[in-house]
Amino acid sequence: MAKISLIVNGNPVNANVDPRTLLVQFLRENLRLTGTHVGCDTSQCGACVVHLDGRAVKSCTTLAVMADGHEVRTIEGLAPDGAPLHPMQEAFREHHGLQCGFCTPGMIMTAVDLVHRKGHDLSDHVIREELEGNLCRCTGYQNIVASIAAGAKAMAKSDLA
Amino acid sequence: MYEFKYHRPATVRQAANLLVKNEDAKVIAGGHTLVPVMKQRLASPPHLIDLSHIEGLDVIEMKGRSLVIGATAKHADVATSPIVGEAIPALAELAGGIGDPAVRHKGTIGGSLANNDPTADYPAAVLALGATIVTNKRRLKAEEFFQGLFTTALENDEIITKVMFPLPKKAAYVKFRNQASRYALVGVFVAKRPSDVRVAVTGAGSEGVFRATAFEEALKKRFSHKVLDGISVSPEGLNSDLHGSAEYRAHLIGVLARRAVEAATAK
Repeated sequence: MAKISLIVNGNPVNANVDPRTLLVQFLRENLRLTGTHVGCDTSQCGACVVHLDGRAVKSCTTLAVMADGHEVRTIEGLAPDGAPLHPMQEAFREHHGLQCGFCTPGMIMTAVDLVHRKGHDLSDHVIREELEGNLCRCTGYQNIVASIAAGAKAMAKSDLA
Repeated sequence: MYEFKYHRPATVRQAANLLVKNEDAKVIAGGHTLVPVMKQRLASPPHLIDLSHIEGLDVIEMKGRSLVIGATAKHADVATSPIVGEAIPALAELAGGIGDPAVRHKGTIGGSLANNDPTADYPAAVLALGATIVTNKRRLKAEEFFQGLFTTALENDEIITKVMFPLPKKAAYVKFRNQASRYALVGVFVAKRPSDVRVAVTGAGSEGVFRATAFEEALKKRFSHKVLDGISVSPEGLNSDLHGSAEYRAHLIGVLARRAVEAATAK
């Protein structure tokens, strides 16, 4: 077993984990943060995307021990419980950027990372290129792209990053 | 995934000692190849040595006339580094086209080279630019480093520490992605160097990355895509699978080489 200490959604977490535990398993099974999903489990679909030190990563391809000493943000950490949604979440709701919703947490975490890297004014082309690592099997992406463009703009006016 | 013991050395020397002490140990940096193959149980190293906490191993800097990239520099860092963008923009572009954004936030140049996947992008750049791979033990020229499918000159206790790229006069990388996996079905890196021209091909060769010497000779005389007219690469020794025949790949090499020369000239 390996001792790890990390920050998850702003809270310090200490745990003893088997080194082969994936970050996504640790988040879902140990911390019960089940908003992060396991889709393909082969680093392709992006349903498991979380932020590690502020950058989008696939938590199904990251060992929990490798997150030791680092900061993790999951979909649950975007907006406080009971408070209004994060502007990117709100944009997905408003623009119907989901059907079954399974890919949505990863889509949103990828989108927020994209806004952090490329700003608030995103062309459809850039958004589609940046969604290379996120698969949706329902929507055909049209509304996801619209949601992200709107969410990016809304984030400029919001206190939530 | 099978059980393993996890080690986190603070220095390259400690990491190398761990490799000597633990037979069949594997080095991990970004883990974006190793973790998937361990999950599939294609690899089951009893020891994993994590390089990601070694300080200074991811530095990107100019040293004299060379661009030096530390082994644990991530694809996203190389893609967005102003130093790389200034020195070898084609290399920054290549790094920005590996996998997807999340993969680029974890995958490292050292990991990609040590793995020598026949469809990886970096080997083409390293071979075409004539880079030197620096390890904890020695310096290896690109052409001696790559030794076939998933095979390199690295010894068991040898760890890549950095890669040194001499600056080309012009360079470009063009790849044709496999529509499903998004890996390079064929990728061609063209570099006009002070003394010669190199054309390296990834994705196509059954023995991994290789140089298209017929193209190189023609381009050395005149660096224009027009000189490639009428020259082709033989399909012999190229991969043939459900994604494309050897003939198709040979044709693609010619097309992409022309595009790469055009792109390099336009810069």
